[in-house]
Parts: sequence; structure tokens; C-alpha cells
Amino acid sequence: MNRRLYVPEDSGALAVGADAVARAAEAAGAEVWRTSSRGLFWLEPLVEVDSAEGRVGYGPCTPADVAAIVAGTPDHPKALGPMDTLPYLQRQQRLTFARAGLTRPLSIADYEAHGGGAGLRAARAMAPEAIIQAIVDSGLRGRGGAAFPAGIKWRTVAQAAGELKYVVCNGDEGDSGTYADRMLLEGDPFLLIEGMAIAARAVGASRGYVYVRSEYPRSVEIFGRAIEVARAAGWLDGFDMEVRMGAGSYVCGEETAMLESLEGRRGVVRAKPPLPAIAGLFGRPTVINNLLTLAAVPTILAEGPAYYRDFGVGRSTGTMPFQLAGNLRFPGLVERAFGVTLRELLFDFGGGTASGRPVKAVQVGGPLGSYVPEEHWDVPLDYEAYAVVGAVLGHGGLVVHDDTADMARLARYAMAFCAQESCGKCTPCRIGSTRGVEVIDKLLAGDERQESLLRDLCDTMKHASLCAMGSMTPLPVLSALNHYPEDFRR
Amino acid sequence: MTQDIVSSTIARHQGQEGPLLPILHELQHTLGYIPREALPQIAQALNLSRAEVHGVVSYYHHFRTEKPTAPVLQVCRAESCQAMGADRLWDHAQAHGGCQVEAVYCLGLCASSPAAMLGEEPLGRLTPEKLDEVLG
Repeated sequence: MNRRLYVPEDSGALAVGADAVARAAEAAGAEVWRTSSRGLFWLEPLVEVDSAEGRVGYGPCTPADVAAIVAGTPDHPKALGPMDTLPYLQRQQRLTFARAGLTRPLSIADYEAHGGGAGLRAARAMAPEAIIQAIVDSGLRGRGGAAFPAGIKWRTVAQAAGELKYVVCNGDEGDSGTYADRMLLEGDPFLLIEGMAIAARAVGASRGYVYVRSEYPRSVEIFGRAIEVARAAGWLDGFDMEVRMGAGSYVCGEETAMLESLEGRRGVVRAKPPLPAIAGLFGRPTVINNLLTLAAVPTILAEGPAYYRDFGVGRSTGTMPFQLAGNLRFPGLVERAFGVTLRELLFDFGGGTASGRPVKAVQVGGPLGSYVPEEHWDVPLDYEAYAVVGAVLGHGGLVVHDDTADMARLARYAMAFCAQESCGKCTPCRIGSTRGVEVIDKLLAGDERQESLLRDLCDTMKHASLCAMGSMTPLPVLSALNHYPEDFRR
Repeated sequence: MTQDIVSSTIARHQGQEGPLLPILHELQHTLGYIPREALPQIAQALNLSRAEVHGVVSYYHHFRTEKPTAPVLQVCRAESCQAMGADRLWDHAQAHGGCQVEAVYCLGLCASSPAAMLGEEPLGRLTPEKLDEVLG
């Protein structure tokens, strides 16, 4: 009986040498199971072994560390002890990421052994309207940032006229600092398939698409294989789905641009109405949900809406997989109920900066999110509380910068990024972003009159852009200008 | 030869809903790029104008119409990697030679910043020294 080692196969683990560790483990005579990642990325490659106290971890491992782990050396320098006792995991509330690091991504047996499949079984015993009511009752809101109640959207599609309906999963996770979609696509693909199958049953959809970024080639490949496994296992009764690859356009994360892209056109935003729920993909009624929204669905059906709703605060119910990134000692995935504070995430989990310098700014919610200054780090992370302080949660990513960060440069980057990624359909975004870069350059060259011009420009972009690309780019720009004015005066 | 690849690629996807992006992706995956001379053939097969196909190819950053001259190294230049020294890595990669360096905005490796991708191989927690090791 060879010793079994669990070695993650998540891209985040591969990027720091997990394959070499797995090869060394096999060479040392171990049986190697390639699993998903726990999301404790500073510990990757993280190797786990079964023990009387559950799985015991070692990390970050190099190939040289492995022979001693296989031999069972008790006081190994990389030993972390039983994984279940790690505070970083203990202090989380993992619903969507319940299986992270535990299962082999393409094993349905592993998935079911760890609670997978219960949501779809429950849904198949329910009438479509009862499924929709469960989602409404859970209070689940769109996890892509718009926070629209998912159940209401589903009901609109269910009631729309039409024989052919679609479910489209938005996996175009383009925000810097986010990687939860990637982890699920690579690590727990059946969860998303289950969520989509439930959605399809609820609204009467017969086809589904998952739109994934071209920057995630492994996600596309693994998820495509997972669909084949699920189809063979009879999970896709009366519903079929496929994965489609984007092509490096950030704005295709906007739902209507994504539909254009799926239809084979340039990813240009559509004007609304009509809502995609009425006339979406190929003009048919379409449910479009963020990947994390759909991934929360199986838990709600399996455990009941009240269970899910009891996590969180106010109208922000359930949990959010927060993704810690940038300049942090312990960057990783922290799934917690809404209401946790940025300060807790930054210090209790993140351990402060990797550079050891003071934290200066934290951008929450991706490139279109505000820079949140220290005075707001104790504001609970929920949709309404963040709106009050002029910030957004977006897709739950947070990027930390230490005191060497130049906020004016980051503000300029926000405008430059918008200029590069604008689809070009509306003038405020297409031209405003380019003018924004120019105005910031003039301001930094010492022309202080440019500040009011910059504020006017941001005002125009915010109120007159067609979609969030142009209307939210002012958030990082103005938050940098308002909270760190000294960086703009040289 | 290339024409046969284009024809068989089109044939494989023609029955799909919205086949244009899948066709372009497969061509680039097979050949390393999308030959301009394939565009009229694709346009005709999908009942599109050549301008429409050109518009799609040129809109998306991922599609290339020139064959790469060396292995492609995508260096992430987005905020998380910026916070961990991506600019220095970018300069170093540019100076290194031996690979075609391109900017990318997020590889989803933000907890291992700064990150890059060589072909389809993810690279995290990069330093200039580690990059030299990888590039040889």
C-alpha cells in the first residue's frame, strides 16, 4: 500500500512548480492524486497526506522536500499540521468552495462523496416555479458586481414567450485580483454544471453556454472535459451546454457585449432595452448569470434557501468568495459571509503586505473599483454599505498596494486601460478615456487647472456612458484623486 | 495545405451556433496565427462580408495575423502584478530576447503575482532571475 499524496493541479499551483513536486512524489514511490487547490496560494505547492487527524499539509514544497514526506518524517520543516486546524481555513465559511483542495476535478465520484449533486436531485423533484422561489427566498444577488436579484431575473426568463431559451454563464473574469471563477472551472467544474442544469430546469432552457477568457486555456480544456463526463453520467437531461472561449476583450464581461461575442461579432455593447432576459442570445430569452452566482445555486437547493440567507447582513445574503491579491503576505481565497471588513481580510487573513511596508491603498472590485483608503477599512463588505462610501464589491477581488504605490500613476492606468478596452460604441467612454489620460498627464506636469477638468470629464463618463466600462472608470480615478491628493501635486 | 486546414476547420464548426470565434480560435491554435488569406474563405462559408470577418479578427487582442517569430511570453501588467513589481519584470523580459513578449491584463494568477504565461504554461511569483531560468 503506497502512501497517497494530494498535489494540486490548479494553475496557481502549477505556476509555482506543482508538477515537478508531483513527479518527485511519484519517483519516491507515492501514489499521487491531483486535486484542486485550497486557495492558500502562498503555501503552494501544498502537498497533503492522509492521517488519523484528517489530511496533514506541507508547504510550500519543492521537489527536494517530497521524499521525506513520502517516508513520513514526523518533524518535517514544511509541516503545517492538520489542514482543518489552520486558522486561515477555520475562519472561513466555505459554501461555494466547500470542496476546494479536497477533490479531483474530473471525478464525479469525488464530487458526490463531498456533497455534490444534492442540489440537482432536489431541483428535479421540484416544479420550476418552486426552484425560482427558492432562489428568490435565498436573496441571492448577482456576483459579477451588479448585485441584481438572481431569482427575479430567472422569473422574467421563465415567463418570457419562446420555445428556445438559453442559460449563459459569464466566466469572463477579467478583473485584476480575481481568480475564483478560474479556480472553480479548473477545480470544481461539476458545481457549475449542476448550477446551470438547475437554472435551465427552472426557466425552461434547453441550451447553455459558458463564456471563458482566452487567458484561461486550462479552464476551457478542463471544463470542456467535465461537460463530457457529466453528459455521459446523465446529468444533462433535456439540456446541453458547451464552453466558449473569449478572445482577450475585457468589455466582453459586460453581458450584452458577451452575447455579441458568442454570436460571432465584435464585442460591442448593446443598448438596453430589450433586456437579455426577453431578447438575449440570438434574440431568445436568456438567463445570464455570473459564474459565482450559478455556483451558489446548488447549495441553496441542497440546504434550503433559509440556510443560505442566514449568512450575510441586510440585503447582502449568503457568502462571497473574496480574492486577496497584490502586495500581501498571505494572498488567497477567503469565502466569508457578507459583513466581514476589509481590515479583517487585509490583516487577519492577508497578514499585511508582502514587502513589509505599510498598506497604502486597496482597490476593491477590479479595475473599475474604487481605491479604498484606511478610513473605510472597517466598513462591512456588503453591497449597500459600500455604495454609501462610493465603492463597489465587483467580483470580490481586492488588490493591495504598499506605500511605494503612486496613486496618480494608477489613476492614469485606469484611464489608459479604459481607452484600450473600450468597445467604442459610446462617445464618453471611447473619447473620454483617451482625454482622461491626457488631462492627468497635464495635471502631473504641474497644470493645476486640469483638476476641475478631470472631475468634469469623470462626471460625463459616469453619467453618459452606455455601460460600466465608461461609467465606472471614474471610480478608481476620483477615489485616487480624493483620498491621495498629494500624489497628484509634484 | 493551409487551405485544407482552413476548409476542415470551417467544416467542423459550421453547424454550431455563432461559429466564427470557434473557427478563429482553432485556426490560431493549429497554425499559431490566423492567415489573412483565410479570411475571404471564412467569410464566404459563413455568409459574411470580408469586412465583418476582418472586423472581428482585429477587434480581439487574442487573435494574431502574423506568425510569432519566437515562443510567446505574455507578461501580466494589471494592477495586482503591478503591485508586486511587474513593470521591472516587463523591462527585463523585453531586454532578454529569445521570446516574443506581449502584455496581458490578468491571467488569474493574482495570488502569485507577478505572473506570466509562456505558451500555455503559467508562471507565478516571478523574479528576473526566475524568468532567465525559464527562458534559458
